[in-house]
Amino acid sequence: PSQNPQQSPAPRQAAMAEEAQGKPALELVQADGADGSCVTFVLHNEDHTLGNSLRYMIMKNSEVEFCGYSITHPSESKINFRIQTRGGLPAVEPFRKGLTELVDVCQHVLSKFEAGIKEYKAQKEAEME
Amino acid sequence: MRLRREEPDCGRVTCWGRARKMAARGGVEEMRSRVILGEFGVRNVHTTDFPGNYPGYDDAWDQAKFEQNFRVDVIHMDENTLEFDMVGIDAAIANAFRRILLAEVPTIAVEKVFVYNNTSIVQDEILAHRLGLIPIRADPRLFEYKNQDDEEGTEIDTLQFQLKIKCKQNPRAAKDSSDPNELYINHKVYSKHMTWVPLGNQADLFADADLRPVHDDILIAQLRPGQEIDVLMHCVKGIGKDHAKFSPVATASYRLLPEITLLQPIEGEAAETLKKCFSPGVIEIQNIKGKKVAKVANARMDTFSREIFRHDDLKNLVRLARVRDHYIFSVESTGILPPDVLMSEAIKVLIGKCRRFLDELDSNHMD
Repeated sequence: PSQNPQQSPAPRQAAMAEEAQGKPALELVQADGADGSCVTFVLHNEDHTLGNSLRYMIMKNSEVEFCGYSITHPSESKINFRIQTRGGLPAVEPFRKGLTELVDVCQHVLSKFEAGIKEYKAQKEAEME
Repeated sequence: MRLRREEPDCGRVTCWGRARKMAARGGVEEMRSRVILGEFGVRNVHTTDFPGNYPGYDDAWDQAKFEQNFRVDVIHMDENTLEFDMVGIDAAIANAFRRILLAEVPTIAVEKVFVYNNTSIVQDEILAHRLGLIPIRADPRLFEYKNQDDEEGTEIDTLQFQLKIKCKQNPRAAKDSSDPNELYINHKVYSKHMTWVPLGNQADLFADADLRPVHDDILIAQLRPGQEIDVLMHCVKGIGKDHAKFSPVATASYRLLPEITLLQPIEGEAAETLKKCFSPGVIEIQNIKGKKVAKVANARMDTFSREIFRHDDLKNLVRLARVRDHYIFSVESTGILPPDVLMSEAIKVLIGKCRRFLDELDSNHMD
């Protein structure tokens, strides 16, 4: 772990150093007295890449009343990811569900993509012969 | 090339009928599935198919429905380029793949340059920057990220290259020659002059890996007799987010599939004018009973020049749109990894991001 906070190492390396130090990649922020249905998740070292795709997956959940994210400042590598649910459902639930569903989507895309490539290569090879 | 939008040679009358119906139905279905390119702006840009937005539609996430609709068609692939269609996915996720290809799929690049001698006119820092941008053919999946605090690189996180070259007069050059290629030896420093210096057990590990720059003919500097460059380079694994030199692609982009609909039969001279408004191959002219009739042959080829909007007589007879969930991806690799591997890696990176937060949720106190 880095001892010198003045250093500004590469983001990836910084991220790894932070995780090694035990700095969490995820924080939960709730307004005082609010129940768990309205939560802002702070995702460290993330940007539109995960933010927007995860927002899409979570907005597809009908139990979610609101989902949105913002990048706090260009010089900070974190996003504030807000979820508000209907009927007192803890916001962690759709958050977890969104992540799981996004993994499933990626896995399906990956298998279809690799199958497509394989098919194309086989087809090319057949043409060569 | 697979053409999806091509209609079988249906009777003329039914074709127009369908087009008109599509336009008339317009409304909801069009808003959900098409991006409309109008004369004064682009309509229906954003994804709106979320639960509760449209009465009578079930827009909640359905994995089975997604898997049924989703498909990938590879259009073209060679050593360094890949074009494929990804159909049935939202922009948010397609864009995540594109962004990851540009900035988060790792590669190996020169990170530190130890200058032992540099008497060329290229300043040390410029030389170091130029060396950094040279693509190195080494599989990044075989390496670890180097820890920032480790001063010395090890065989698992560092590749070493040497560039040691000195320019001399060519004693065999013709006396009256003025051609530097003949007068001097080693006056052009190319990427092929970089030689790999194995660290630790790398000589055994990468015995048949052929570690070197992707291209042999990248001009690094020009020298004159007596000048020399003697540098040692440390290459590490990194991502494009940190520095563009780590980006594995020359470019990665997508566009939406164009859709051009003729709302009325366009015949005669108007058909010729219409054809000229679009890219070659988009509009075809058929001869039906001695009459020229325009037909959309291959909308995919179009670049949407908007030329049609300069013709007042034609612009209202044509509908320009893009299919919202049909992405035509184009990936151009720098040559370090094949483009299909890059795409697979990009998808895995997104999975990794999700897993990281799922693990964090599970390992934590948070629930």
